[in-house]
Amino acid sequence: MFEPVNVETCSMRSKPIKFVINGESVGIEVKPWRTLLEMIREDLKLTGTKEGCGHGECGSCTVIMGGKTVNSCLVPALEADGQEILTIEGLSEAGKLNPIQETFVERSGMQCGFCTPGMIISAKALLDRNPDPSDKEIREALAGNFCRCTGYTKIVESIGAAARALREVK
Amino acid sequence: MIGKRIPRIDGRVKVTGEAKYAADYELPGMLWCKMARSPHAHAKILNIDTSNAERLPGVKGVLTGKDFHGWRWGWMPKTRDEAPLADDKVRYLAEAVAAVVAVDEDTAEEATELIRVEYEELPGVFDPEDAMKQGAPRIHDHLENNLSWEFHMDFGNAEKAFRESDLVREDRFQTGRVITGYLEPPAAVAIWDSSGITLWAAKQSPYFVYRHLASCFNLPLNKVRIIQPFIGGGFGGTKNDSLAGDFCACLFSKMTGKPVKFVYSMEEVLMTCRRRHNMIIHNKMGMKKDGTLTGMHSRVIADGGAYTAIGPLTMFLTGCISTLPYKLPNFKHEAYRVFTNNPIGAAMRGHGITHTRFAAEIQMEMMAEELGLDPVEVRLRNAITAPHETINKVTVHSCGLKEGLKTLADTPNWKDRDKKKESKASTRHGVGLSGTAHLGGARQRGHQSCAAVVRLCEDGSVDYLTGATDCGQGSDTVLVQIIAEELGLRVEDIDIKRVDTALTPCDAGTYGSRVTVLAGEAAQKAAADLKTQLAKFAAEKWEANPADIVFRNGQVYVKGSPQYAMPFQKLAQTACYSGSGAVIVGKGYSQYGIEVLDFDRGEGNSGTSYSFTSQLSEVDVDMETGFMKCTNMIIAHDCGKPLNPINVEAQNQGAAVQGLGQAIYEEFKMDRGKTLNPNLIDYKMPLATDSPPIQVIDILTEDPFGPYGAKEASEGAMISSPPSVISAIHHATGIWFKEQPVTPEKIVIALKEKEKQGTVKP
Repeated sequence: MFEPVNVETCSMRSKPIKFVINGESVGIEVKPWRTLLEMIREDLKLTGTKEGCGHGECGSCTVIMGGKTVNSCLVPALEADGQEILTIEGLSEAGKLNPIQETFVERSGMQCGFCTPGMIISAKALLDRNPDPSDKEIREALAGNFCRCTGYTKIVESIGAAARALREVK
Repeated sequence: MIGKRIPRIDGRVKVTGEAKYAADYELPGMLWCKMARSPHAHAKILNIDTSNAERLPGVKGVLTGKDFHGWRWGWMPKTRDEAPLADDKVRYLAEAVAAVVAVDEDTAEEATELIRVEYEELPGVFDPEDAMKQGAPRIHDHLENNLSWEFHMDFGNAEKAFRESDLVREDRFQTGRVITGYLEPPAAVAIWDSSGITLWAAKQSPYFVYRHLASCFNLPLNKVRIIQPFIGGGFGGTKNDSLAGDFCACLFSKMTGKPVKFVYSMEEVLMTCRRRHNMIIHNKMGMKKDGTLTGMHSRVIADGGAYTAIGPLTMFLTGCISTLPYKLPNFKHEAYRVFTNNPIGAAMRGHGITHTRFAAEIQMEMMAEELGLDPVEVRLRNAITAPHETINKVTVHSCGLKEGLKTLADTPNWKDRDKKKESKASTRHGVGLSGTAHLGGARQRGHQSCAAVVRLCEDGSVDYLTGATDCGQGSDTVLVQIIAEELGLRVEDIDIKRVDTALTPCDAGTYGSRVTVLAGEAAQKAAADLKTQLAKFAAEKWEANPADIVFRNGQVYVKGSPQYAMPFQKLAQTACYSGSGAVIVGKGYSQYGIEVLDFDRGEGNSGTSYSFTSQLSEVDVDMETGFMKCTNMIIAHDCGKPLNPINVEAQNQGAAVQGLGQAIYEEFKMDRGKTLNPNLIDYKMPLATDSPPIQVIDILTEDPFGPYGAKEASEGAMISSPPSVISAIHHATGIWFKEQPVTPEKIVIALKEKEKQGTVKP
């Protein structure tokens, strides 16, 4: 049997980190085993990001960190130090929906809504790097986001329409 | 309003992350509950030592089966066989045997590992056919042959029909072990204080757990309050029922005086939650040379797992509408649900019907092929037309099956299907069809009430209360459309309150495609009641006949006398402030389909109306590796009048992909009761890259037994999808597959076999 670990004296104690989330600077102490998802949902109370499988298989916890999508359930919260993070709560500005959110509403790109935050975040990352994706490219960008309700057709249509709307703005 | 593509009313809160699901609730002082689960599939519980768990710092309590004093629940009084926590023995692997409550989730989980349970392992039985044999281990002591439920339906004379047929076939079909696949794991937060139990729980039928909790804890129903958060998908089974976690969280809250929360892990969902029964279907069908069906005899054996749950209904549904959608003058059905030491089989979208319809559709095509008949021709020859009464007295008042099949057969996808067949290199393209039926407005036994209350606010806005749950299917939007339509208001003028058993009228829940049909009727009636009350005030003011008062576009006026008009808002104010102040509340409840159903014989209407779904599916099959990709689907769907076409499309698309999963991807791998793939990588449900684009064509009919002529949407496509996909695989490979899922391995083995026989080109 192992001796019990004294968390106060070993390296397993909380560490302070700083990051920007949805445009706001945050300083927080986190335990080394805390995941980014736990920190976002439980410490920061941003419950828009969901936990489906907890093993990086379903994508419902997808957030953008450092410009890339990550499964926040697999990332240690400590990795957030010095990073910029975007969750679903940061997508609309002053109550105005982002065009991706708008087209999801207009075209029924969601049903139960549980995969939707992760799905929209993945769509945002796709459209940031590719403003004019083909349907195939959209489907490939969503390959890490599982949805049981929609059969994906309306999600793909919503993202295609959002891409068009965003190109028109530019 | 009705028939328009109105965006979902819950769209905005769902795309912003504002929508709160059960796991998003957190209350001050909240504790966490976790289950301790059995490592054995079949074992007697000799002793449980919880002392080590209780001593762990942070642990606030431990429960075992004994704390529930032998209470059992089940779908029918005589099938109450399930305990909140197993107390005498465990009957499936990972069944909950104890629960812990602690200050946080990690501590609770750690404590579950400190609970010492002494078991006496018993021989298990894991195959339903083995379990029926003489001398098989008994799972429930009172049952010698493990027979959980059986049905015998017999109409006409099937044996005589077979003797008079030109072709008779007998085949063995099999459907797989699949799960509903909702993404949101079950979760709840419970408080039990002097006002009783309050539970925020992920339930698609909250009134089930409402009754279960009242019964378990001997509380009056007005002391049990289930409040509905947003629900992350349901699809039947688990979220229609209660869970060990629900009972334990409530009891822990009473013991500790604190709110208690639990969230199941995805592993718990995939190992322990209710799944679709896997079934063996021995199907015998008779046909005349011209393709006319003469009779069918199905013998169904289902793996029920360890407890009854809603299984009797599943078995009923395997037979009761087998006489749709094709004319079947002689029909015999035997259905056996068998207990095994596997996780529990229960309802899932396309409940019961998907199994036997798959067998019948494929067998009918096999026979058509033998007789040299076209698959469309044989379907059109046998398809029913409305009005129709089947031999077991199922009555159909609207039917768009023939039109749906013809619509699909007219597409270039079908007409050119043989041209595209050999596309490139080793890939073969296949196109398949199916034509199926599903019931809507389920009315199977028990309390079926479905009601609505519409409350007028003095500023003309309207509160709508319903006990019906939107677990993602979009019913809230459709129901609000109905209220708005009746009152001549906009969707924005109506607010739908989510289910709260303390406030909303009692409702059976979301299953059997009943919400739009039954809650829709109730909504229509409640709005009409409110309108009648308001019309009286307007009629008095204008000295008109109340029947002549019209509500339209936010205005109220006298028919034919537009000078007598006022805004709805003004009338609401006038009415609410009349006399000492009036309370204007409209109410209504559904009364569709209340004639008698003979459940035991399978005779009569188990739904109020029937939808008809025709589907075309296209697949590419790699003839070397067996890998398949479904490249396209077209669904021609008769849901009567679509109340919100965008929602109807969405429902069909989702169900079709769920059906695709069942047909070619999904299957629990089991080893002596242990689920070997309890994660989303190894239990593979379709992703965006696996799913085809899906076009939905509305075949418009009008059903007299649905609001505005509407019928069900979506469960139908869960039935039509697997046979159309498997028929497409046959078209590509020349092989009929009779077992779901059709995996690449099965394709490669079958192709090799066929090659040996020299009937396929290398």
